[in-house]
Amino acid sequence: MQIVVVLIGASLLVALGFLAAYLWAVKSGQYDDKYTPSVRILFDENKKPKDTSKK
Amino acid sequence: MEQIELQEKTVNKKTACYHCGDECPDDSIQLNEKVFCCNGCKTVFELLDENNLCSYYSIDKNPGATRKYHTKRNYDFLDDTDLRLKLIDFSNDVKTNVTFDIPQMHCSSCIWILENLYNLDGGVISSKVNFLQKKLFVSYLEKTTSLKKIVELLDSIGYEPLLNLEDKKEEKVRSEYKSLYYKIGIAGFCFGNIMLLSFPEYLSIDVAQHDELKKIFAVLNIILSLPVFFYSASDYFISAWKGLRKRIVNIDVPLALGIFVLFIRSVIDITLLNGPGFLDSLAGLIFFLLVGKLFQNKTYETLNFERNYKSYFPIAVTVHKEGKETTIPVEKLTVGERILVRNNELIPADSILIKGNGNIDYSFVTGEAVPVERKNGEMIYAGGKQVGSAIEIETIKEVSQSYLTQLWNSKAFKKEGISEESGITSFSNIVSKYFTFGVIALAVIAGFIWSSNLTLAFNAITAVLIVACPCALALSTPFTMGNTLRIFGKNKLYLKHTHVVESLASIDTIVFDKTGTITENGAANVVFIGRELSNEELTYIKSTVRNSTHPLSLAIFNFIKEEKILVPLRYNEEPAKGIETEFRNATVVRIGSKNFVEAKILDESLTTKVFVSMNDDQPGYFEITNKYREGLGSLMAALENDYSLALLSGDNEGEKENLRKFFGSDNELHFRQSPHDKLKFIEELQSQGKKVLMFGDGLNDAGALKQSNIGLSISDDTNNFSPACDGILDSKSFNRIKDFIAFSKTSKKIIIASFILSFVYNVIGLSFAFTGTLSPLVAAILMPISSISAVVFTTLAVNISAKKKGLL
Repeated sequence: MQIVVVLIGASLLVALGFLAAYLWAVKSGQYDDKYTPSVRILFDENKKPKDTSKK
Repeated sequence: MEQIELQEKTVNKKTACYHCGDECPDDSIQLNEKVFCCNGCKTVFELLDENNLCSYYSIDKNPGATRKYHTKRNYDFLDDTDLRLKLIDFSNDVKTNVTFDIPQMHCSSCIWILENLYNLDGGVISSKVNFLQKKLFVSYLEKTTSLKKIVELLDSIGYEPLLNLEDKKEEKVRSEYKSLYYKIGIAGFCFGNIMLLSFPEYLSIDVAQHDELKKIFAVLNIILSLPVFFYSASDYFISAWKGLRKRIVNIDVPLALGIFVLFIRSVIDITLLNGPGFLDSLAGLIFFLLVGKLFQNKTYETLNFERNYKSYFPIAVTVHKEGKETTIPVEKLTVGERILVRNNELIPADSILIKGNGNIDYSFVTGEAVPVERKNGEMIYAGGKQVGSAIEIETIKEVSQSYLTQLWNSKAFKKEGISEESGITSFSNIVSKYFTFGVIALAVIAGFIWSSNLTLAFNAITAVLIVACPCALALSTPFTMGNTLRIFGKNKLYLKHTHVVESLASIDTIVFDKTGTITENGAANVVFIGRELSNEELTYIKSTVRNSTHPLSLAIFNFIKEEKILVPLRYNEEPAKGIETEFRNATVVRIGSKNFVEAKILDESLTTKVFVSMNDDQPGYFEITNKYREGLGSLMAALENDYSLALLSGDNEGEKENLRKFFGSDNELHFRQSPHDKLKFIEELQSQGKKVLMFGDGLNDAGALKQSNIGLSISDDTNNFSPACDGILDSKSFNRIKDFIAFSKTSKKIIIASFILSFVYNVIGLSFAFTGTLSPLVAAILMPISSISAVVFTTLAVNISAKKKGLL
């Protein structure tokens, strides 16, 4: 039955990993704005101005 | 002939401006086969076109804001270091971060263009939009660009930022939000794992032979419950403690007691008695409570309920000092300074007019759309807006001491916070008081019954306290109120807080402001009184008023149905007096005030009139009366039976007769009310024990709105300015006020019903507790079921009754 202890330890570790990921996501502001990213992803990104030589 | 017809057709078929989508008067302003309504819109297009940013127009159609009424603002004050430091978030010498409020943001195109700022200004490193909050975060290089340049750029493409020096309160709310997310995450994580580790217990797997394993599980459970108890639940302990110190037993007191007992009993159970404990119930309970809190905390982020005069006044003014013009922050403005007020700028402090033609638009303060004329040496009150050429004024009072701003010194604005935190009136707090004492009494009784056996007595007492923990009670309010708030929001009534719903259910008096509240903004009823006008005369009049932006001219322009427009030879508009035009056949038309037209018509009534003369002929005058909101009559008729109504108006009695029709004979109508009079009126009503709901719109209602039990601000555009209030009602939903009040009453009934439901659960649980047989399994089933059923019941009940009332 000792194996159960090892398994529980492993499963807790995995779960802790997810918890850490969640906390990181909150901390980095992913829960601050739940709308704009859904729009932003639809924009074409590489529409640079044609006259880049202007600089 | 054919050609003429064709031309007329193109004029009649109104084209939408490529930039803003407004109707174009004609096709004269064109570029690349695109038609614009004004040069301002065209300029924006040119700027974007030059930088190859025309995708702006392909994401959403006509995304821009009209530039017709735009006046270029002077942003020189942004070079002032003190001011600049207050506006920016962070700066080292190289890079600066700044956050702007951009009310104009409204579509995907806006997001796109604002996030592409770096294409328009090379100094911008990045710009990021938070659409729901209408915020733009910009970081830029100090060397290449400046705050002023960026603000000017934003202004020039139609996204004028709202510059506000005091916005720090919001950040606090933000971090509270974040910590709630942390708490939910941790509680959820621990809840899941504790449940998992409690499974052997649920399934009554005989663990006797694996005593070691059982110990390990139990100890792990304790470890997992520590963050829940000490971190996730900390708010409840703090709130209960705060309440007790103020001698108030709020709903968090029995909750905190239950949580505390749950934890202690479980730890003792596990460490001393080798039992399983109730830690799964503990974690689950806290998890559900926090989810309820998140649900209740749904706020309308884009709406600002706390605006005061400061967010409306300019943050800097142009001062004349020793022949030089400088800009200083408005706070530094002292008495006796000469300031320059340009077209469309606000007067920051009570002043005396020194130079120029004062034509002050007080629409913001009084809601009255017609500007007033002021001569040299006359007093000008703060809050007015100069329309026309620039004027010079000398301040006679400080900004904070001015007529209008003094409202904010009244005590209505100072008592803020006390009632909100303790929530004395809140229904659930009244219940929880009796509840707490009842539970403690029951626990003592249970202890007495088992007093012969100490262990059993301890078990019974703790079990009573655990089972009676008012989780269903604590959940039903946030979910009912949260749902109600959401339904109100869908119907365009945005309330600041859930407890406003409760107060709304108990009001008995409704007070209305007149202008802008029950009248439609910018709309007017126009009647011509005098002899009948010929079509030709109508054309002259329409052509005369066409070039004026005065609200009365606009009203008359819209009133006259004639299509033909003549271009006058001569046009002269004297601000606040009238317009004189001369047409080709030597017809001189004068339209304006009685004195301007030299009208001989005897008339003493107080209504707003515009007189007309053509050469020597005086055909009569236009009478312009307020246009009341649609459905006002039926709304008043419906409200009259159940509530006492009152009207407060800053205007004169001109409309009294019309208003009597709506308000009936026994309700109070008060005219010529100053902002202070309004506040006093509300105070008087309250001293008679009345619960007052006030509807207002302008800054002049701010004091009264604040003083009322509930102050709702009516707005045509909810993102526009609205004074500090408890909620914002979109004017489109004005005629549904009665439904809203009725629905808030329903919500209260639903809460009571769910309280009864939770009592039933408590009785069942207590029967276990009293016999001392509350097993962890029973607790683990009973507690989540009672919580979930409270949530399901309230959510369903609110939605079903909303549907019945036609609010969903």
